[in-house]
Amino acid sequence: MCLGIPGKVVEVNRSESWAVVESFGVRKKVDIALIDEDLVPGDYLMVHAGYAIGKIDLEDAQISLELWEEILHAE
Amino acid sequence: MLNKLRDPELGKRILAKLVPLAQEVAGHLGRPAIFMEVCGTHTMAIARSGLRSLLAGSLELRSGPGCPVCVTSQGDIDRVIALAAARHDLVIGTFGDMMRVPGTNSSLEQERARGARVEIFYSPAEAVTFAAGHPQDEVVFLGVGFETTAPAVALSVAAASSRGLENYAVLSFHKTVPLVLENLLSDPELKIDGLLLPGHVCTVTGRRAFDFVATKYNVPAVVAGFEPVDLMKAVYLLLKQVAGGRAETVNGYPRLVREEGNNKAKEIMREYFEPVNVQWRGFGEVPQSGLALRDSFSFYDAAVRFPVDVAESPPPRGCACGDVLKGKIVSSDCPLFARKCTPLQPVGPCMVSTEGACAAYYQYEWPKAEV
Repeated sequence: MCLGIPGKVVEVNRSESWAVVESFGVRKKVDIALIDEDLVPGDYLMVHAGYAIGKIDLEDAQISLELWEEILHAE
Repeated sequence: MLNKLRDPELGKRILAKLVPLAQEVAGHLGRPAIFMEVCGTHTMAIARSGLRSLLAGSLELRSGPGCPVCVTSQGDIDRVIALAAARHDLVIGTFGDMMRVPGTNSSLEQERARGARVEIFYSPAEAVTFAAGHPQDEVVFLGVGFETTAPAVALSVAAASSRGLENYAVLSFHKTVPLVLENLLSDPELKIDGLLLPGHVCTVTGRRAFDFVATKYNVPAVVAGFEPVDLMKAVYLLLKQVAGGRAETVNGYPRLVREEGNNKAKEIMREYFEPVNVQWRGFGEVPQSGLALRDSFSFYDAAVRFPVDVAESPPPRGCACGDVLKGKIVSSDCPLFARKCTPLQPVGPCMVSTEGACAAYYQYEWPKAEV
């Protein structure tokens, strides 16, 4: 039940507090009441028991991968 | 790009760096370093990725109190089963992995076979929708989970309230992670060299909520994500700390975890729940580490509306789930493991839940061919 599933936002409805996200090819409506940040299609959310709990920062994911490349190429 | 975090080629290259570093640290310590993961999803991810066996001999990875179903006390399990048994007029709503957890005399699954009404929901929001569609039924949703699940359950109460539903209530067994880690780290028998912190709990609480692990207990800690590359990164960052003789709480999952966490989720949790003393399997009572609905929401509190009087029971005979949750033993050290206790006939919750250490160990790491 602690399973978090990342999903790509395809539709946002702020006034009704939901977004449709796509994960592994499956689309699902999730509650976005816990997300304060702006959301637009193409953003990624971490979804937990039907509720988005955080917005995924793709820039950080990219930096993380680049750091690995640096570590792997060092020495 | 997120797919890259599952790339086996990248994983192999990282592993080629990890193993020598783990060996160096083991040489320095005179034994393999022991790291504990405190999240059921990490337990599964580590088992599935084969990371534990790939590092065997140079690093030991152990499970901690990270599986919400597993840490639920025997008394609380008995309480919900007793409610299901006594009140066939109620619909008990639950996440799926609670169904087969053995109580002292029965399980929710067995009670359902005897006529109790038990419905599995993926989300508390679904339970509210069910209540709205079944006005003649009283729905009791079983709130099991940590800081990741509690805000969702709080929002389900908010939704029931705003829709004017009078047939929805929550039985809260919610627990919070930092206080049980304090309890764990205070145990003088515990010997661990680092903690892999639960990335999604930290998404809500923030990294800072776990600073105490390093500052108060001098144990290195890294907030870890769940993809194979995330886990290897967290192990790498822990090894670097141990090798350098440092202890810090490092954010290894910055694409999701912020310093302060998700303020909105924290606010909602505080608005609906208050901290209470609660029993944990393996730990006993941990003060203020449980979440009960506040008095102002007692109308939605199943503990108030449908009280059941059940005493705390000892865990199932021979079951070492409590020691597994404290990292004192690994699953295969339990005499019941794979003999009397299997996923088909589980004795304790760690063999039932998909996030349970014993279930993960049985499914992915135990060399069945040898027995």
